[in-house]
Amino acid sequence: MELSLSQCSKLTWTLNVHFIVLDCPGTASEQAGKSESCQGCPNQQLCASGATKAPDPAIAEIGAKLSSVKHKILVLSGKGGVGKSTFSAHLAHALASDNTKEVALLDVDICGPSIPRIMGLEGEQVRHAQKRSKPFYVDDNLAVMSIGFLLSSPDDAVIWRGPKKNGMIKQFLRDVDWGELDYLIMDTPPGTSDEHLSVVQYLSSTHVDGAVIITTPQEVSLQDVRKEIRFCQKVKLPIIGVVENMSGFVCPKCKNTSQIFPPTSGGAEKMCADLGLPLLGRVPLDPRIARSCDEGRSFLCEVPDSPAAKAYQTIVQSIQDYCSNRATEVQRAT
Amino acid sequence: MEQSRDGNLAQVRHVVLVLSGKGGVGKSTITTELALALRHAGKKVGILDVDLCGPSIPRMLSVGRPEVHQCDSGWVPVYTDPQKSLALMSIGFLMEDPDEAVVWRGPKKTALIGQFVSDVAWGELDVLLVDTPPGTSDEHLAVLENLKKHRVDGAVLVTTPQAVSTGDVRREITFCKRTGLQILGIVENMSGFVCPHCSECSNIFSKGGGEELAELTGSVFLGSVPLDPRLSASLEEGKDFTQLFPDSATFSAISSISQTLLKSLETD
Repeated sequence: MELSLSQCSKLTWTLNVHFIVLDCPGTASEQAGKSESCQGCPNQQLCASGATKAPDPAIAEIGAKLSSVKHKILVLSGKGGVGKSTFSAHLAHALASDNTKEVALLDVDICGPSIPRIMGLEGEQVRHAQKRSKPFYVDDNLAVMSIGFLLSSPDDAVIWRGPKKNGMIKQFLRDVDWGELDYLIMDTPPGTSDEHLSVVQYLSSTHVDGAVIITTPQEVSLQDVRKEIRFCQKVKLPIIGVVENMSGFVCPKCKNTSQIFPPTSGGAEKMCADLGLPLLGRVPLDPRIARSCDEGRSFLCEVPDSPAAKAYQTIVQSIQDYCSNRATEVQRAT
Repeated sequence: MEQSRDGNLAQVRHVVLVLSGKGGVGKSTITTELALALRHAGKKVGILDVDLCGPSIPRMLSVGRPEVHQCDSGWVPVYTDPQKSLALMSIGFLMEDPDEAVVWRGPKKTALIGQFVSDVAWGELDVLLVDTPPGTSDEHLAVLENLKKHRVDGAVLVTTPQAVSTGDVRREITFCKRTGLQILGIVENMSGFVCPHCSECSNIFSKGGGEELAELTGSVFLGSVPLDPRLSASLEEGKDFTQLFPDSATFSAISSISQTLLKSLETD
């Protein structure tokens, strides 16, 4: 006999899934470990004990540490492989092309750090434990930090569960000497899990300008990105805008455009219109982007006149404008 | 209900994980197409989608958002066809609102995956494909821990050709070695794009990285699947690419990969 979900009393755990998804009170709330939705959660006892309610002292330390950083930007996407790291790296390059600005790029993707290779730092390692606090400098005004620098070989896998990843992110934010910065860009892994919650929590005592959301045009990608947008709304992270990457491909031989990842549901444009978000721009597929990333060079310097580089420049300009407008607003408010 | 250790997996002949350190390289696409190709070859196939934060398989197989039912032995998977030759279970089915974010830390994901692996009544299957999220973290450890009670044949690793992607997949290979998971082979996806206007082949994400990686690590290279907008479109609409475009180079690549895989499973 088959019973539907709502009819079967044995199915409490699944019903719990619904509650958890919608109603997890949060580890620091009064209801932590006590609410109905906590039943069956493996962390219930820990939460109920009260141990999770005390604010992590690291949050205040990070707030103090990052008070010398003018603008903090997160690069997010629910979907993997849409170009978060490529975008983060090139945003950093573009912002740092102004010699008067200090820029840093932090790779929060603990299990799949791509930033070292894209920034041309593959094989670089932080050699001594005490130097963990020093980021790598690609340029005088462009600093980079990634777990990739702490691994001894390119085959090293970081097989870590959530708490260890969170500890690493805490170290990156609290212990790295970033110095005075105009921009701190944080590249994240796909999903809406430990890394994302941790970054947002650790940054909660400091001001974050907002998140740039990256997607590709197909619905299979957009459906994950909508979840990420919902995540931002839940944790009250402002969204600077959406970038549609891999948007059409121009054949280098015949110059005709093909939609390799077809926007069957209207692409990022329709999603942005539906959700009332700004579309910062569309970046076409260009084999030279992938090649530059593999070789660790900036695509923007390699082929500055390409349509993709031009799209990047417009997007970066919108992000700069957003950040400076926000800074003026904050000034006015105080 | 109490069950023997093998429980719901007792009648599942082969269990194959589809892994990649990198996101967006086509794990779900390859999982879906392999399943369709295996079914095409007359096999009974199941797909378990353990990507909790971004389940893509329900859309790719166009099953919509059906209600999941229960029978005496556990959850009844969702079948894509009346012959019940392709069964599917995904976290996507348990969400009330498809746009809702599953904002979970590791322990909750681990608990749900434990349920997923042991409580789905797959019945008799030739091959169960397990589609995973990117990375080497909670989900992967949880799946392996729970499947180890049963037998796992091994993993198919998916990569795209560029070094940024093969770099992450090298880490996944280390994960397989450390956890004692056999590597059945490497698939290179998004390998070259043939312009539909002039037939010029562009290597948008470079070329050959998958094969190089297989050589470097002493793994079997299962084959490369070209970029094909018709494949993306079929997946968007949940159509069976293997039936729509049986003459395409993409189909012949997928079908040859599925045959090699099947052979290696059966000679094991």
